[in-house]
Amino acid sequence: MSNLLKVSSSPHVRAKDDTSRIMLYVILALMPTTIFGVVNFGLRALLLVIVCVLTCVASEYLFEKAVGKKSTIKDFSAAVTGLLLGLNLPYTLPVWQAVLGSIFAIVVVKMLFGGLGQNFMNPALGGRAFLVISFAATMTHFEYDGVSGATPLQLLKNGDTVNTLDMLIGRTGGTIGETSALCILIGAIILILLGVIDLLIPGVYILSFVAFITLFGGHGFDTTYIVAHLCGGGLMLGAFFMATDYVTSPITPAGKVVFGICLGVLTGLFRIFGNSAEGVSFAIIFSNLLVPLIERVTIPRAFGIVREKKTKEVKANE
Amino acid sequence: MNKYIERLYNGLWKENPTFVLMLGMCPTLAVTTSAINGIGMGLSTTVVLVLSNMMISALRNIIPDRVRMPAFIVVVASFVTIVQFLMEGFTPSLYESLGIYIPLIVVNCIILGRAESYASKNPIIPSMFDGIGMGLGFTVGLTLIGMVREILGNGSLFGATITPLNNFHISLFGLAPGAFFVLGGLVAIMNVIRKKMEEKGKPLPAAQGCLAGDCSGCTLSSACKGKSASEAVESLGKGEDK
Repeated sequence: MSNLLKVSSSPHVRAKDDTSRIMLYVILALMPTTIFGVVNFGLRALLLVIVCVLTCVASEYLFEKAVGKKSTIKDFSAAVTGLLLGLNLPYTLPVWQAVLGSIFAIVVVKMLFGGLGQNFMNPALGGRAFLVISFAATMTHFEYDGVSGATPLQLLKNGDTVNTLDMLIGRTGGTIGETSALCILIGAIILILLGVIDLLIPGVYILSFVAFITLFGGHGFDTTYIVAHLCGGGLMLGAFFMATDYVTSPITPAGKVVFGICLGVLTGLFRIFGNSAEGVSFAIIFSNLLVPLIERVTIPRAFGIVREKKTKEVKANE
Repeated sequence: MNKYIERLYNGLWKENPTFVLMLGMCPTLAVTTSAINGIGMGLSTTVVLVLSNMMISALRNIIPDRVRMPAFIVVVASFVTIVQFLMEGFTPSLYESLGIYIPLIVVNCIILGRAESYASKNPIIPSMFDGIGMGLGFTVGLTLIGMVREILGNGSLFGATITPLNNFHISLFGLAPGAFFVLGGLVAIMNVIRKKMEEKGKPLPAAQGCLAGDCSGCTLSSACKGKSASEAVESLGKGEDK
């Protein structure tokens, strides 16, 4: 009998996307950034990234083995976490610190809360936050061409001038993956074309951030200043690769807008009024924590359903 | 088992205030940055606990039921003041590092909890042993947390540097988040040991408060609704399995 006449319950059409395929797309999209980082900073950067990926995958495997769960390393999500964490480290970081950060990202931030889909914040950024708090000295020590110096954002904060073309291409100091806005944008275009991410969260994030620094940056609408802020630090990497994490971003369209505005305003606050020059990772982590609340207030009304009154909701909850 | 030994065992293991009852979390999380701080805080709380338990037990028939809380607070606060002056005089460095948490012993849940649920209903000597047991349980808990945090966060133990470790210290464990991580980890380890003991056939410690036959001071009283201790534990166990 032909398939046409077969009777079955829905769904009838299945997309070929599954977790591992999407994760592979993300890894593919991160390749330009990774390759540029290795070219820019040398083989030590490659070593760190590989160590992070391997540690993340191994700790996910060992944790699941220890608690008797089915291994999920084949969905590549641990590899993506490791890659993102590696790209978020300065290339001079001692290897044992990178290993600890990876273990923390997978075991504490991801697996203890129930694994992929249950983590309350982006594991890579959780690992990065752990490292920044624990090893402040090595995590904020940046070298470029063997010379240690301030990142463009720190220069910008001190009121010095920066070369925006270098920042766009990535010929500056910083973490392995954050320097080249160009490579990140290439990766972002790949992801958007493949339909893995949509532009809503990064778009709102970047626009609200631009609005914030125009209002409070003290330079008005100065294009050079704004471009420098956009290309500097982890903003591009965070906006396209970490704020769009399915698990830790809202799924409602209105929620995505709210989430993006939160990110933009917080990043601006941290960068301009905070002590440190960079604030993308903490802005994303903090907004991750707000996601359940944002989703709660932005659930769209289903067609034909009359909005219930609040007193009824309370009863239903009981 | 001897009644007094039983009180000690109860405080140290069965109803350990730090790992089982989860009382006195404020000093537990705040002062345990080093092992010596943990011991200092634990022992000063123990002294106050033993003395106030004895005093409250001696006064239990005089204190009117209605004003028992203010009366307990006055007793506890008097002893805390004595301990505070003694520490300021004889251990000034410890006094400095514990800071505001010494006066805050007055409002430590363990002390008020023991006064309310044990000392105000029992004779002096058992109350004293109850205080010693609970106090030592608290001290052991704080010292363990302090030791782990000091080793991981500072690479030292009781102030002595451990040579290979001091190059690999993780500052996070000396800070507030580290306290939560270490507490959670130790409670998890303790639960694993309990589970193992249960599997070996040793009875699981019953839920707190029910043994004394008193539900007033028990946070679980609304959940067990006056059922017997074993029933309450059973229903709790089932709830956890889900």
